[in-house]
Amino acid sequence: MRYCLILILCVYASASIGELRIEVTQGLDKPVHVAVVPFNWRGWGRGSDTLTDVVNSDLQLSGRFKTTSVEQMLSRPHRAKDVLYRDWRLLKVEYLVIGEIRRDGDNIEVTYELHNIVTKTLEHKETIVGGRDELRDMGHHVSDVVFEKLTGIEGAFATRIMYVTAVGPLNDRTFRLNIADADGHRVETVLETREPILSPAWAPDGNRVAYVSFEKDSKPAIYIQDLQAKTRRMITNFQGLNGAPAFSPDGTKLALVLSKSGNPDIWTYDLKTRAMAKVTRHYGIDTEPSWSADGKSIVFTSNRGGSPQIYKMRLRDLNVERVTFEGDYNARASVLSDGSGLVMVHRRNDIYNISLLDLKRGRLSVLTQTSLDESPSIAPNRSMLIYATQHAGQGILAAVSIDGGVKFNLPSSEGDVREPAWSPKKRKVFTPISK
Amino acid sequence: MGTPKMRGVLVIGLASLLLAGCASNEPEDSGPEISPDTDGPGTMVEKPMASGSDKQEAKPMVKGDKLVIPTSSGMGYEMLQGIFYFDFDQAIVKRAGHSELNKHARALQSDRMLRVRLEGHADERGTREYNLALGERRANSIRAYLVAQGVSSSQIEVISYGEEKPVVEGHSESGWSQNRRVEIVYR
Repeated sequence: MRYCLILILCVYASASIGELRIEVTQGLDKPVHVAVVPFNWRGWGRGSDTLTDVVNSDLQLSGRFKTTSVEQMLSRPHRAKDVLYRDWRLLKVEYLVIGEIRRDGDNIEVTYELHNIVTKTLEHKETIVGGRDELRDMGHHVSDVVFEKLTGIEGAFATRIMYVTAVGPLNDRTFRLNIADADGHRVETVLETREPILSPAWAPDGNRVAYVSFEKDSKPAIYIQDLQAKTRRMITNFQGLNGAPAFSPDGTKLALVLSKSGNPDIWTYDLKTRAMAKVTRHYGIDTEPSWSADGKSIVFTSNRGGSPQIYKMRLRDLNVERVTFEGDYNARASVLSDGSGLVMVHRRNDIYNISLLDLKRGRLSVLTQTSLDESPSIAPNRSMLIYATQHAGQGILAAVSIDGGVKFNLPSSEGDVREPAWSPKKRKVFTPISK
Repeated sequence: MGTPKMRGVLVIGLASLLLAGCASNEPEDSGPEISPDTDGPGTMVEKPMASGSDKQEAKPMVKGDKLVIPTSSGMGYEMLQGIFYFDFDQAIVKRAGHSELNKHARALQSDRMLRVRLEGHADERGTREYNLALGERRANSIRAYLVAQGVSSSQIEVISYGEEKPVVEGHSESGWSQNRRVEIVYR
């Protein structure tokens, strides 16, 4: 039974069990009003509205936009020449997205336009080509472009979320490592086992993931799995802890935690040469390494000062300095890619929240208001972060914008969900073609 | 802590075995927390038979993953309590657990073939990796205690599950206090 492990990598094509559902719990006070007209299928009569459904739902669930239902629309243009700005002004629409879809053999060609209703101008127009099974990806691409044009922030709708689920009674649980689109759809199960899985981490290329699994003899080991080749390699299974893997920004090294020398220390592991180096030397607990964007230092959690706090270590000379001073519990920090701050778990009055520490001003702001919040992971556009929390006695994922303005929950239909990790890359990138 | 241990009589029905678990709340051992066992490592484990008895000395037995030992009175068996609890963010072995741990230590010394796994756990508060480290700390504390009592470290394996394997659900101190624990698992 111990070895009852199934390694699967499959995609459930349609909406299926295990998908996450986004519920916006706090949006902007004045969301921008955008109308997305169902794109026209040229030549073949009506096809599926998947693409426009995806765009509508992305924009709405971002908490920054209000969308218009099809029933309300006074006209349904597909090209610039058919747009009657008056129709949209009546509905108080500020921006309009229209487009056409054309089948081209096994490919699909999408041309879309973004109109500013207030200034009556065409803000953006482009054509992209994708596979027949990539309608959702193309939809997320359109959302990303629209989002960026309207907010100035790169969109993250085409990215993915990796997370762990635990299903079943306490003494008989099934753990899964899943990857879903950022909107919770298209869940892939990367690993399924009867023993705990934790600390999933993305490689910077988005093609490999590292995680800790207890599947072998009920003991922890670190694995790296290639998502495309569907292969995996065990990195360490030493006596004691094997935990908290984190890829270096250039993807050549892994920082990890081993306690084989008697107490938990941070080590680096060279993925090519397999050389290992112990980089912290303290009898306290050192864990949860996270690399700085330049790869020259590692922040980590240590209780060397009595309570868990965040420290920063320079790899060149292993010099360590303490970073956090506010509160008696600060842990699991990750550095923003621009180095301006770090997000972490912070305890205040016995409540665990996600906090942002502004490293330039030294100011700490609490971003979440629930309790038992943990595992913050930042979106590649740095505007959102996803974390794990408890809701109605169940582990769920939730997200909050870095400015605290937008919040949403991602409940799952089954079991506890925890340990989210936001992918560094988009699932599929489309380059506009010139027409 | 008397020198002559586990001598003599055996064979008791299953019922008494079950009852023994409740009946074994013996007074705490006197003396310092970690007193060196007079038998120490390296001494003979098997004691000479009690004079006048042909019977084999009663030995600890593994039942499932728990240990059953003859009571000190020699009148029956008791199943040793295998779970030890800890305070929040602490890895200090509580005094309340010493007498039971001493029984584990004596049993492990009396039979060097016995192997235990010390499984360290934490409550759900705080981060998962830190809790893994904390669980290991707790299990290491129990190991240090047993080794100080003369148990060979080769008999002990330590593993931490952090907050991944709670025994109780529930997000308040009553649940948390039961989850902050080390389980002694015999193999």
